[in-house]
Amino acid sequence: MKILVPVKRVVDANVKVRVAADQSGIDLSNVKMAMNPFCEIAVEEAVRLKEKGVADEVIAVTVGSEKCQEQLRTAMALGADRSIWVEADDDIEPLAIAKLLKALVEKESPDLVILGKQSIDGDNNQVGQMLGALCNMPQGTFAFNLKIENGRAIVSREVDGGEQVVSLSLPAIVTTDLRLNEPRYAKLPDIMKAKKKPLESLIPADLGVSVTKSLKVLNVREPEGRKAGVIVNSAEELLDKLRNEAKVIQ
Amino acid sequence: MSVLVIAEHDNHTLGAQTANVISAAAQIDSDIHVLVAGQNCRAVAEQIMAYEGVTRVLVADNHAYCNQLPEVISLLVMEIAGDHAAILSAASASGKNLMPRIAALLDVAQISDIISVESADTFVRPIYAGNALATVQSSDSVKIITVRTSAFESVAQNDSQAEIVDLDSIISQDLSEFVGESLSTTERPELNSASVVISGGRGLGSAENFQILENIADKLGAAIGASRAAVDAGYVGNELQVGQTGKIVAPNLYIAVGISGAIQHLAGMKDSKVIVAINNDPEAPIFQVADYGLVADLFEALPELETLL
Ligand SMILES: Cc1cc2nc3c(=O)[nH]c(=O)nc-3n(C[C@H](O)[C@H](O)[C@H](O)COP(=O)(O)OP(=O)(O)OC[C@H]3O[C@@H](n4cnc5c(N)ncnc54)[C@H](O)[C@@H]3O)c2cc1C
Ligand SMILES: Nc1ncnc2c1ncn2[C@@H]1O[C@H](COP(=O)(O)O)[C@@H](O)[C@H]1O
Repeated sequence: MKILVPVKRVVDANVKVRVAADQSGIDLSNVKMAMNPFCEIAVEEAVRLKEKGVADEVIAVTVGSEKCQEQLRTAMALGADRSIWVEADDDIEPLAIAKLLKALVEKESPDLVILGKQSIDGDNNQVGQMLGALCNMPQGTFAFNLKIENGRAIVSREVDGGEQVVSLSLPAIVTTDLRLNEPRYAKLPDIMKAKKKPLESLIPADLGVSVTKSLKVLNVREPEGRKAGVIVNSAEELLDKLRNEAKVIQ
Repeated sequence: MSVLVIAEHDNHTLGAQTANVISAAAQIDSDIHVLVAGQNCRAVAEQIMAYEGVTRVLVADNHAYCNQLPEVISLLVMEIAGDHAAILSAASASGKNLMPRIAALLDVAQISDIISVESADTFVRPIYAGNALATVQSSDSVKIITVRTSAFESVAQNDSQAEIVDLDSIISQDLSEFVGESLSTTERPELNSASVVISGGRGLGSAENFQILENIADKLGAAIGASRAAVDAGYVGNELQVGQTGKIVAPNLYIAVGISGAIQHLAGMKDSKVIVAINNDPEAPIFQVADYGLVADLFEALPELETLL
C-alpha cells in the first residue's frame, strides 16, 4: 500500500503573527516557519502504518516556493521514503493545490492520501475534501482513529456532537485531527539520512495544471484588540461585578 | 438570483445554527432557498418554512441521504447548484466536511468561516487563528461559503410560509458507508449558542474535577467548554473543545477556569462579550483578554462561587 502525504510550510504555531503595515497581508519576515501541525500528524500516521507493515511506501509532497523543501526533508526525517516538490507561489488557493494533488494522485496511484484537516495560516479546511471530490474518492475528515481492515479504511471522526465512524473504500482521503497521534521528533541520524532520500521537483505545467486565482485579498487588518480589564480580589467581588456592573448574570 | 442554504439537522430537528446562516445569506440576496437532505426529514422542512426571507424549502427525502454523507450530498447539491448565486452552510463539522467538495465539483473557490458580508461578492474572514481579518473578493459565478455563526444574529420567524418543493432525484454511491456514531447527550444549552459558557483547562486536573464546573454551570444555565489540553488529557469529550480547531463561541459571558490562554484557545472565545478568567498564575496570558480576572486557586474559588450563587 502506498500513502501520499501532502504537507504545508506555515508559520510556527507558537508565533503571534503581525499584520503588515500596508494591510496587504501578514508580515512574514524573520518569522519562524514549520510544518503545519496537522501535517506532522499526517506524516506520523502514514509512517506508523508503514511500521506496522500495512503500508510499504510513504511519499511526502508539498506545493510552494523553494524553502518548502525544508518541510519535505523534515517529513523524510520522520520516515517518509521520498518526496515531491511542486514549485509554485506560496499563496495559491486550496482548489489549485487540490488540482495539483489530483494530478499527483493520478501519477502515483496511492491507496491512501492523508492530509492535515486545516492549515493554521489560512485556516481553510478545504484541500482534503476538494481532492476527494476531484478524484471521486471517499473522505474521512477530522480523523482521531484510522484502521485499515479488509481493504477498507475505517475512520473515527470528530464531529460537533461527539464521534462518528465511517468505512471507506480505497483509495481514500483522510484528514487528521489533533488527537489522531502524537508526532515523534526527528532524530539526528534520521535527519542526516533524509538528506539522501529522493526529492523530485516539478512545476504545475509538468502536471498539466494551470494555477489560477478567483479570490482577491482586498486587505488584511488586525482585529479589534481586547484590553485587560480589572483584577478582582475575591469570588464575592467577581459575582458583584458580573451582576451589577457587567449585568451578565442575575 | 437566489441563494441556497444547506440546513443542519438530524432528520428531526433543525440545528440552531441554520438560522444564523440564513441571516448571513439574507445579506447576499433576499430570495433564500434552503436544502433539507435526509431521511424522514419533513419535520425539519416545516421548521424552516417560517424563517424570514426563506421562499423555498427543497426537500430531498430518501434513504440515500439518511446520514448526510458528503460524497452523496455534494452530488445532490450539484443538481440544483446552477440556479444560485451563492451556497452557504454553517462552519460546523458537517459544513466543513461537505462544502469544499461542492466547491471543487463546481470548480470554484470556497470562502471559509466568514464573519461579515460586505457585499454580494466580498466577505471578511479570520485567518491565523483570528489574529488577522482578511477581506476577500470573489470573482466566481457561484460563491461557496461557510459561515461562522457566532458572528451573525439568528434570523427571526414570521407568518409567511415558504413553499416546500420535493426533489426526487436519488443519488447513490458506494464509496463510503456510515458505521455508527456516539453523540453526547446533555441537558445543557448548546455550546455554540449558549449565553453563558464556563470552560475548564488543564488546571482542573481530572475528569472528576469537571464536576465542580458542572455544579456552577447548573446554577448559571451555562454550557460547558474545555481547552484542548483538557480534551487531550481525557477530562472531557472533544465536542467541548473551544478554539481555533474546536468550536467558536461568543456568549455574553465566558468563564475560563484553569486555562492559560494560548493563541489557539483565544481564537475560539475572544469575541465573547464579557470574559472572566480564574487562574492561580497572575502572568497567564488569559488575563490580557479578561474583563474580570481572579488570581486564585480554582479549588478554592469555585466552591466559593458555587455557594454564593
Ligand atoms: C495546531 C494547534 C491547534 C490547537 N487548537 C486548540 C484549540 O482549538 N483549543 C485549545 O484550547 N487549544 C488548542 N491548541 C492547544 C493550545 O496551544 C494549548 O496547548 C492549550 O490551549 C492549553 O490548554 P490549557 O490552557 O488548558 O493548559 P495549560 O496551558 O497547561 O494551562 C493550564 C492553566 O491552568 C492554571 N492552573 C493550574 N492549576 C491551577 C489551579 N489549581 N487553580 C487555578 N489555575 C490553575 C495554570 O496556571 C495554567 O495557566 C492547539 C494547538 C495547536 C498546535
Ligand atoms: N501548499 C500545500 N502543499 C501541500 N499540501 C497542502 C498545501 N496546502 C494545504 N495542503 C494540505 O491540505 C491540508 C489542509 O489545508 P487547508 O485546506 O489549506 O486548510 C493541509 O494540512 C495539507 O495536508
